Amino acid sequence: MQKSLHIDPGKCTGCLQCESACSLENEGLFNPSKSRVKVFTFHDEGRFVPYTCTQCDEAWCMQACPVDAIVINAETGSKDVLEDVCVGCKVCTIACPFGTINYNTDSGKVTKCDLCGGDPACVDACPTDAITYVDANATGLDKMRAWASKTDNAS
Amino acid sequence: MSWTRKLLRVNLTAGTVTEEALNMNWANDYLGQRGLATRYLVEEMDPAADALSPENKLIMATGPLTGTSASTGGRYSVICKSPLTNAIACSNSGGFFGAELKFAGWDMVIFEGKAASPMYLSIENDKATLLPANDLWGKSVWEADKIMRTKHQDPQARIACVGRSAEEGCLYAAVVNDLHRAAGRSGVGTVMASKNLKAVIVRGTLGLGGIHDPKAFAETTKAGKAVLAENAVTGQGLPAYGTQVLMNVINEVGALPTRNMREVQFEGAANVSAEAMAEPRKSDGKPNLTTNGACYSCTIACGRISTVDRTHFSVKDKPEYWINSGGLEYEAAWALGPDTGVDDIDALTYVNFLCNEDGLDPISFGSTVAAAMELFETGAISTAQTDGVELKFGSAEALCWAAEVTAKGEGFGKDLGLGSKRLCEKYGQPQFSMTVKGQEFPAYDPRGIQGIGLAYATSNRGACHLRGYTIASEILGIPEKTDPLESAGKAGLVKAFQDATAAVDSAGLCVFTTFAWGMDDIAPQVDAACEGNWSTEKMMEVGERIWNLEREFNAKAGITGADDTLPDRLLSLPANVGPAAGKVNELDKMLPEYYSARGWNADGSVSAETHQKFGLPG
Ligand code: SF4
Repeated sequence: MQKSLHIDPGKCTGCLQCESACSLENEGLFNPSKSRVKVFTFHDEGRFVPYTCTQCDEAWCMQACPVDAIVINAETGSKDVLEDVCVGCKVCTIACPFGTINYNTDSGKVTKCDLCGGDPACVDACPTDAITYVDANATGLDKMRAWASKTDNAS
Repeated sequence: MSWTRKLLRVNLTAGTVTEEALNMNWANDYLGQRGLATRYLVEEMDPAADALSPENKLIMATGPLTGTSASTGGRYSVICKSPLTNAIACSNSGGFFGAELKFAGWDMVIFEGKAASPMYLSIENDKATLLPANDLWGKSVWEADKIMRTKHQDPQARIACVGRSAEEGCLYAAVVNDLHRAAGRSGVGTVMASKNLKAVIVRGTLGLGGIHDPKAFAETTKAGKAVLAENAVTGQGLPAYGTQVLMNVINEVGALPTRNMREVQFEGAANVSAEAMAEPRKSDGKPNLTTNGACYSCTIACGRISTVDRTHFSVKDKPEYWINSGGLEYEAAWALGPDTGVDDIDALTYVNFLCNEDGLDPISFGSTVAAAMELFETGAISTAQTDGVELKFGSAEALCWAAEVTAKGEGFGKDLGLGSKRLCEKYGQPQFSMTVKGQEFPAYDPRGIQGIGLAYATSNRGACHLRGYTIASEILGIPEKTDPLESAGKAGLVKAFQDATAAVDSAGLCVFTTFAWGMDDIAPQVDAACEGNWSTEKMMEVGERIWNLEREFNAKAGITGADDTLPDRLLSLPANVGPAAGKVNELDKMLPEYYSARGWNADGSVSAETHQKFGLPG
């Protein structure tokens, strides 16, 4: 079964445990600035919104890469950057409509979410289940259930 | 190691910024943040110096766990001598600023001297620069935040800033970070402004590494988070209701100080409680509370994000306040509400916004307004002072007006900015001031909760609940229930809470974790992060060392055992109603036992043996 990251901003408290865990997993440091999942705070609106790569099937980044440094992980379906192939041209960062692939000035390569090879650290770290890792065929299940509960067919 | 082992020294007189190695011997004795910064302060300044002179220093300090993934590991403190109390000031704040300092590579920043004209400090990793702040001076925290963000083109930067109240010399001005988190108490913002320092903007992209034992750290922090999640207070009560969960509870036990602490129960408590914040309002069907928000790394998330009803008189013509921002926490709600007799939740939320916008400590502000209302009631002040405003208990209009003028330091706002002690002295009625060592009380009446009275009287920064939160034991039964009306046995309880809290603060963690965590949960996390053997015993020893160091700072500043007291009202005017009816605080019974538990002399001074036992300086 292929799985997907499922984000529910309504549950997010903006604690950044996910960013912290992501950077530790991928960079070996607590360093939210290098996290592949980002949480945006909309202060005036009182909203916290986690955001990361959705692993498009026809991934723009993958199509755009001139050296084929972005490949599909057969097991998880994630689009992974091959660090030793990436030349740091950043074309993928232009191609991605969502901004979820970014250049890392330290390594001179791009980085993006690779689902931690199937065990995403952000999911494990999130205290509120705002980020979960669920069956990719049913990411809408929660929302369907929530709306279903509002249909009043009892009377 | 988890300290960055570096500090930044900023000499505002000379305009220099220099890097220094952190004194690791001191870190081993004082851990970090509150403890370590106090050690620096004791070394570097004369505690007898005028708090608002260039001789005072101001330290922004993180703990070793600040910036890590330990739950609540995001705290920093601002440490200096207080202009309100003339004692040590150490005000703790959450948000994201402290962690960002660590990610930029700094354990602490020491500010000394005074700039010739307004400046702010910009930190981008190892690059720190003093920049002119002429365009920020005279602006609120919220306005200054916007200007700096535009100038630095960095939406991710974190900012700590003082408001107009601090610039105008209000003695309880806060340092506000991330728009609505504050190092709130004792006038640390006033000291910052006295140095002509408006703000610090920091961006850290270096990250924090060097965890001593990463595997043990991952395990112990994970176990710690599970304990918080499973606990009824930290797992359910605080996220759902915030600290406001206490409003009805404390009212019921008859310890909700009301109308300048004359009474102990407030008839309007339910209207300003957590439950009221969740109630949909008539005008737009939305509740006051939008959601809960967390500080960096916090898995509790007690923070309130609220709105004011747009049709409320305070904001109906001010669309700039039709936003979400930091909502009412219990202490603020109490000081602005029951203590002033106001039960209008929108007025309280609006005033809370103003306190954040211009950096007023809402506890001291609310208590000072309460004292002013009593002065008004007794005729010691009149509409001649208040610009025609009827400053009456229960008046939401008067409360909102008072906040507006104090935030900007205008007219009677200057008097309110003096704090309750100086205000009441100025108008010849010192007995109306509900303060210890010049600092206003928080939200628990020591007649109905005996131990907290001793904690207030002996707190190193003046009246304060966060120096030894015996409410946990006396009301909530954590770690075990003690009778709030009983003074016997409270000396040991107060000491244990004070020492533990000093250690928790110094680690960079939030004291709210201790609703669920004991030192046996905390020490292993510190031990995994830091080199050295950080056992429960060592943490308690470090906490006690810090407590004694602070006490010695205060002694050198001229504060003695005679200042370990409570206002006469609490010692001789019995509670009027509720479970504590007929009771006063029995401080005289608890204090000698407390001094002896501390190993101090009978006059409250630190004994030579205790001084030596903890290896204190000087
Ligand atoms: S860990 Fe979860 S709750 Fe915290 S910021 Fe990330 S998504 Fe939000």
